[in-house]
Amino acid sequence: MTVPLLKVDELRIALAGDVAHNAVEEVSFEIGRGEAFGLVGESGCGKSITALAVMGLLRRPLSLAGGRIALDGQEIQGASPTEWRRLRGSRIAMIFQEPMTALNPLSPVGKQIAEMFVLHQGASWSEAMDRAEEALRQVRVPSPERRIRDYPHQLSGGMRQRVMIAIALACGPDLLIADEPTTALDVTVQSEIIDLMAELCAAKGTAILMISHDLGLVANMCRRVAVMYAGRIVESQPAGAIFATPRHPYTQGLVDSLPRLGERAKRGRQRLREISGVVPSIASYPAGCRFNPRCFAATDICRSTPPAQTPLPANGLVRCHHHG
Amino acid sequence: MADTLLSLDDLAVHFTVGSALAGGIKTLKAVEGISLDVKPGECLGLVGESGCGKSTLALAIMGLIAPTRGRVALNGSDVKQRPRLETARTVQMVFQDPYASLNPRQTVRRTLADPLRLQGMGDKAEVDGRVMDMLAKVGLRPEHADRYPHEFSGGQRQRIGIARALILKPKLVICDEPVSALDVSIRAQIINLLLELKDEMGLSYIMISHDLGVVEHVSDRVAVMYLGRIVEQGGWQEIFENPRHPYTRALIAAIPDPFHRVDAAASRTKAKGEIASALNPPSGCPFHPRCPIKAERCVSELPALEAVAPGHRAACHFRDRTV
Amino acid sequence: MSQSTPASVTADIAAKRRFRLRGGLSLWVGGALVGIAVAVAITAPLIAITDPVMSANLMNAEIPPGWEFPFGTDAQGRDIYSRIVYGSRISLTVGVVSQIVNSLIGVSLGLSAGYWGGLWDDFVSGLTNLMLAIPSLIFALAIMAILGPGLVSLVIALGLTNWSYSCRLARAQVLSLKSQGYVQAARILGYGDLRIMFTQLLPNMLGPLIVIATLGMGGAILSEAALSFLGLGIRPPFPSWGSMLSEARDQINTVPWLSVFPGLAIFFTVLGLNLLGDGLRDILDPQTTTRR
Repeated sequence: MTVPLLKVDELRIALAGDVAHNAVEEVSFEIGRGEAFGLVGESGCGKSITALAVMGLLRRPLSLAGGRIALDGQEIQGASPTEWRRLRGSRIAMIFQEPMTALNPLSPVGKQIAEMFVLHQGASWSEAMDRAEEALRQVRVPSPERRIRDYPHQLSGGMRQRVMIAIALACGPDLLIADEPTTALDVTVQSEIIDLMAELCAAKGTAILMISHDLGLVANMCRRVAVMYAGRIVESQPAGAIFATPRHPYTQGLVDSLPRLGERAKRGRQRLREISGVVPSIASYPAGCRFNPRCFAATDICRSTPPAQTPLPANGLVRCHHHG
Repeated sequence: MADTLLSLDDLAVHFTVGSALAGGIKTLKAVEGISLDVKPGECLGLVGESGCGKSTLALAIMGLIAPTRGRVALNGSDVKQRPRLETARTVQMVFQDPYASLNPRQTVRRTLADPLRLQGMGDKAEVDGRVMDMLAKVGLRPEHADRYPHEFSGGQRQRIGIARALILKPKLVICDEPVSALDVSIRAQIINLLLELKDEMGLSYIMISHDLGVVEHVSDRVAVMYLGRIVEQGGWQEIFENPRHPYTRALIAAIPDPFHRVDAAASRTKAKGEIASALNPPSGCPFHPRCPIKAERCVSELPALEAVAPGHRAACHFRDRTV
Repeated sequence: MSQSTPASVTADIAAKRRFRLRGGLSLWVGGALVGIAVAVAITAPLIAITDPVMSANLMNAEIPPGWEFPFGTDAQGRDIYSRIVYGSRISLTVGVVSQIVNSLIGVSLGLSAGYWGGLWDDFVSGLTNLMLAIPSLIFALAIMAILGPGLVSLVIALGLTNWSYSCRLARAQVLSLKSQGYVQAARILGYGDLRIMFTQLLPNMLGPLIVIATLGMGGAILSEAALSFLGLGIRPPFPSWGSMLSEARDQINTVPWLSVFPGLAIFFTVLGLNLLGDGLRDILDPQTTTRR
């Protein structure tokens, strides 16, 4: 059996404060070489901090409190800062939601891309600049020879995100983590960026960990999807299955609550199925199953006992006492 | 048939940008040549991405920005001539960002009661009654009235915003991306609420959104905007099942739908490149640099918004093509 | 909260921690010092030993600090301790009232300039820049020269001099708040311009303005001391800390208690005001940057 590229096992991230809380608990998933994996959830569910943990970027008051992260079989959760610096950029790369804050506003974009080659591959600056221009061409920025001298504020949102992708993929990392990369972009630009990412990663054999609140986006791009709620993974299935046959009431609620194109023509306007209540804050996670106050299927056991993971076919899992 | 509630007649809003000394004075045509009607009880969906002018259009409809050309008429009379307090009773707005749309230093009660008092409602009991009534209608409880905005979640704040918009019992409500800033699991709550209130209070909506799923769900008619112009308008079913403008098709193709993985045919209708700047719009058809079916004619000639079917108009030289 | 990123969550927690350490200390120490000064000013007739003006007695001239006169006596034989106690009234009055005048002028100009923009904004900004370019003490001196010495002239002069800071701040705040949804909502609901400025904008701007005013009080006290020192502020025999310093000017080495005590009074009061201002800034600073 092949070793997965990334294996996250029983990850626990603690949030320090007056009372210590676990922001993320018992999170386990695997990403195979070249595979696109989606992590879906709403704000505050812990998906972004999970990504930061995989990159070794957790800072006080967040800290890794348990679990293992293995890259190609080698454990990295306890790596030293020097080792992390070598990993980041060359083996794991990340792109963020707001390219304007992730790019250095005082440095031309070409230079920011070229830095990757200089730092990780020992290239000379002139060689690196040439390769930077080529990288811009690969992410389909028009007139790359002129764009390398532009500053981030001179580019549009979509362009900046392309630059971020170029920086991230410059050294051919094994894994690209994308945290809500298109949320701040217009719909038509969004779909182009997603297509670009999928294409480039497929060509280079880079695996993708796609983090988003947009179910549709993730289902279209990824082979497998995990849904997080209040710091835990509540369901994980292949992309097709998770939307056709969601097993956790939260996933079912999410899928049902979104108006779908074409539904109204077929069945008239139906009242959208609501998920009542609000997303709990980390200081007030409910006892037992964290989704129970909002769950249409909740019973006594749900209010007292956190559900265990039930395995599903095709390496899936669901965490519910009454999974469908 | 009831008369038209809102009527826009060749509306244009231009801004002058820049100075003569630095780079020259340019005209930003935020809104250009918009003519449309909204009838009582109708929901018009306004679709467009950033830079299309939908927010400027909303402000012009509310009378907050003076149009450069054309007319905004509410119930037949020009908005410019009506006193502001009267317009306030007719048109209101629900804003996108629930975190910035409520005064943090005012209780909910004051936020809802002050507009009533401003209109001249003097009797305290009457004002309180209306406030409590409205809170109940949007699904909040009486004890919420004396709390401050920061004590509420995003979804609740949006409910307060809706209550504020409806407290004067307007006829037309412009909803500017009312659910985009909310968590996915509460969007359905708010959309359902908006639809219920529409039926209950006999309102008309202009629903501005870039989320086509939401637009299809709530709208009776749909207008698609691009760079300040309407490029297609018609009934909701027509627009979504039979789009006749390449931009509309591109928007539909761009939606990541979990149930239909985008296939090769659909991907051919996708738009290329970036949205152009309204400061420097392309010549001819504004969409031509990104259009998958662009021809020579499109670069030089601006297409007119003309009918392809009764009630369905598109601004494309190839409007009669179905794909 | 919608879209709270991990960065914002951690920033929120870190900010709350910082407040408890730094802001809290400044607030308490500053508040205590200012509180003492205010208490002294209010209870002056009760805690002073002698009348600060009328108790001149050349037999008691220049007695060092001791049991009978805790801070010693000055050249006219007046008890310095009592003069300092009564002097606090003058200093605090000058500080508070001049700042109120400053804020009134500055906020009305800045608020209206930021809200209406256009030519009025151009005019106010130009005026503000002018005021900032003129050395404030010289300007105050000029006004005092016209109005003549005295407490009222002093307050007017200082009030007309330093309004540019609150003006700038108010204008900047208005520019950023103007585009918030609730201000637009108010316009749509039919609120008039003045009502919007007073009910929607001003309450949300108070925090930083209060901080500036508090810090300004310290500056005003120092200016009063300087002006009185130069002979243009409070004229003898009325006790103001600045004029007491002025009288002691030639005898700093020989009769040190004449200058040390007024100097310390000024020092602690201004320090207290500065610490208080800092502490207030930490509380009133928008901690809600974590929203989005």
